[in-house]
Amino acid sequence: MTPDIAEHLTRVAPLLAAFHAACSAMNVAAGGYAWRGRRRGEALAWLGAAIVFLGLAVGAWAGRPPQLPAMAKAGIDAVLGPATLFLGSLALLTVLYLGRRFFTAPPVGLAALNASLLLFGLSLADPVFASLVAKPDHVPIVGMIYLLGFVTWIAAYQAVENDRRTAAGRGPVEKTYAEKVLVWPDLVYIELIAMVLVSALLIAWSLLLAAPLEQPAHPSVTPNPSKAPWYFLGLQELLLYADAWYVGFVVPCLILFGLIALPYLDVNPKGNGYYTIDAQRRKYLVFMFGFLMLWVLPILVGTFLRGPNWSFFGLYEPRDPQKMAMHVNVTLSEYFWEWGLGRPRPEVDPHAGAWLRMGQAMWREMPGLAVLAAYFVALPLLLRRTLFKTARLAMGRCRYWIAMGLLLLMLTLPLKMLLRWTLHLSYIVSMPEFLLNF
Amino acid sequence: MPLWDRIRRSQVWKSIFRHPPPVDRPNRVKVVLTNLILHLHPVAMPKHGLRLRFTWCMGGITFFLFLVEVVTGVLLMFYYRPTIQWAYHDMLALRDVVSYGILREVHRWGAHAMVITAMLHMLRVFLTGSYKPPREFNWVIGVLLLALTLLLSFTGYLLPWDQLSMWAVTVGSNMVGAAPLVGHEGPASWVTDQSDLRYVLLGARSVGEEALLRFYVLHCVALPLLAAFLMALHFWRIRKDGGISGPL
Ligand code: HEM
Repeated sequence: MTPDIAEHLTRVAPLLAAFHAACSAMNVAAGGYAWRGRRRGEALAWLGAAIVFLGLAVGAWAGRPPQLPAMAKAGIDAVLGPATLFLGSLALLTVLYLGRRFFTAPPVGLAALNASLLLFGLSLADPVFASLVAKPDHVPIVGMIYLLGFVTWIAAYQAVENDRRTAAGRGPVEKTYAEKVLVWPDLVYIELIAMVLVSALLIAWSLLLAAPLEQPAHPSVTPNPSKAPWYFLGLQELLLYADAWYVGFVVPCLILFGLIALPYLDVNPKGNGYYTIDAQRRKYLVFMFGFLMLWVLPILVGTFLRGPNWSFFGLYEPRDPQKMAMHVNVTLSEYFWEWGLGRPRPEVDPHAGAWLRMGQAMWREMPGLAVLAAYFVALPLLLRRTLFKTARLAMGRCRYWIAMGLLLLMLTLPLKMLLRWTLHLSYIVSMPEFLLNF
Repeated sequence: MPLWDRIRRSQVWKSIFRHPPPVDRPNRVKVVLTNLILHLHPVAMPKHGLRLRFTWCMGGITFFLFLVEVVTGVLLMFYYRPTIQWAYHDMLALRDVVSYGILREVHRWGAHAMVITAMLHMLRVFLTGSYKPPREFNWVIGVLLLALTLLLSFTGYLLPWDQLSMWAVTVGSNMVGAAPLVGHEGPASWVTDQSDLRYVLLGARSVGEEALLRFYVLHCVALPLLAAFLMALHFWRIRKDGGISGPL
């Protein structure tokens, strides 16, 4: 064990002891609750988990915080990468979605929480991991992961319950709470308690964690890496797959426009005012894909896993400032002319007039332009008669084309990622003469 | 007579609260109707709207965090000067001179939290389908509020004037400089680096004292006023759209 690891361990030992003890207490509470509800088997399971966490707490208290074996850490880091993370998360979310009836059962949810807390606690004993998650500006993002997981779960839990009731011909649960109550005292007191709790949390958090302050601003000393504020890090991460004009400007505008347009594009009157998935399956999938996979996940990658030179680092991998990944990326027109037809790409005469240059560049990029035309025009025309036939009829022409445009534009991002990872394709249309790469 | 009752019967108390304590039904209705703050609420509401698992209390928490930001922000303005000479220095002073100073901390962590709760509030409104008629327009106002929350956070990020803040804003504003048409590095650009959107935002070609002043004014005056106005509209519309959504 190197000295700095030993030092780290002594420093985090009390904290880890408290963490594991808290996890243990949570399981004791869950066990007691299950026991009272006469679910004896479940109660024993939580008691077992409580004992495991207690053991970890004692180990940490004795100055020997249990940690993941080096093999496991190396294995996790070896598997982690932008592509595996994206595809793995997508696969996981798909499994969770398809098996939602199983995964929303409270014991399954608690078991998943236990597993993640165990992994988190064991990982905290690693100095690299600890420095990642304990960085003051990163702490709220760790909190967000758990909060987001919890609310998504409890929303799905209610949706599954409501969908089951609807299938049985009964109304959603919310309907059974339709009776009117007075705002004073019922709501006012909830608000008061919420305010007290949030204030307490905020004050405790502020006492424990100092706001960061680095060296004074210096225009000629560029930090490596320079990161945007965390909520824009997803966009910065996506800059790897598309140019700044698209990711930095067009995509944010599209997100805003798409969100604003949502209530006017959605013509389904069902699912108004209660949790449901079955009444709005397609929309649920599109929204959750966009939010979780294209907004939240890139934020997490950009925050936790990008280091110097915007290189990708594992969760336990020291940030080596020399690490630099070199990729040779190829444009579609290079594939087409040089690999496909075996001849040089047509050239653009730099001295020609603007219109002529534009024409020449378009001729060179013809394959990419054809692909885009097929994607944005032919595909919606085709879908209109096949997969989305009923949707098209319900929505009318105007809504259909706006919704399709937004959907297809959104899907350009994952498609470009896939093309990059598989074919090393940089651009579908590349006209550097006009600063236009896509 | 206990002191508490005596206060309640005093002329001063009665001049402020014009009805007996809200312990019975008529007065519980009255308290909501006659109090400016409380009358943001309806008098009665369906019980499902009280359940934490329905709203997650996220909209309310977001609003409370906004109030926290306003209060701590005003207090910070007493200590902070938005100039290159003083900005960083004032941060150091806040950290090193003020005892038990957690003003900056509460403001910063509150801001992070507000971004998160606003996003989660949007998620819950989506998942309960509460944006559907008649609440479409309130969803639109909500989207604008989310954008404003991000902008408030972004403009505030620059103010400490340390390496972290300056370069984060540089990264962000460079993206704006690459916008099509209106950015000087964007496709089909018809502006120069002295007339593009980034220049409008920063007041210069790079992040410097002009940008600091601009961000300060936006952060402390323009954006909060706009956000407060939109929040008033948001709450008004909740009432006018028939209160908290629920199954028909
Ligand atoms: C600064 C940001 C915001 C504040 C302070 C805020 C506040 C609130 C509050 C207090 C409510 C009452 C119900 C609840 O707490 O859930 C509410 C409801 C609502 N909010 Fe927001 N909100 C904000 C942002 C948003 C965003 C980003 C959206 C959507 C994009 C949104 C859309 C709505 C809608 C449609 C309702 C009515 C929901 C219903 O009746 O169930 N709001 N908001």
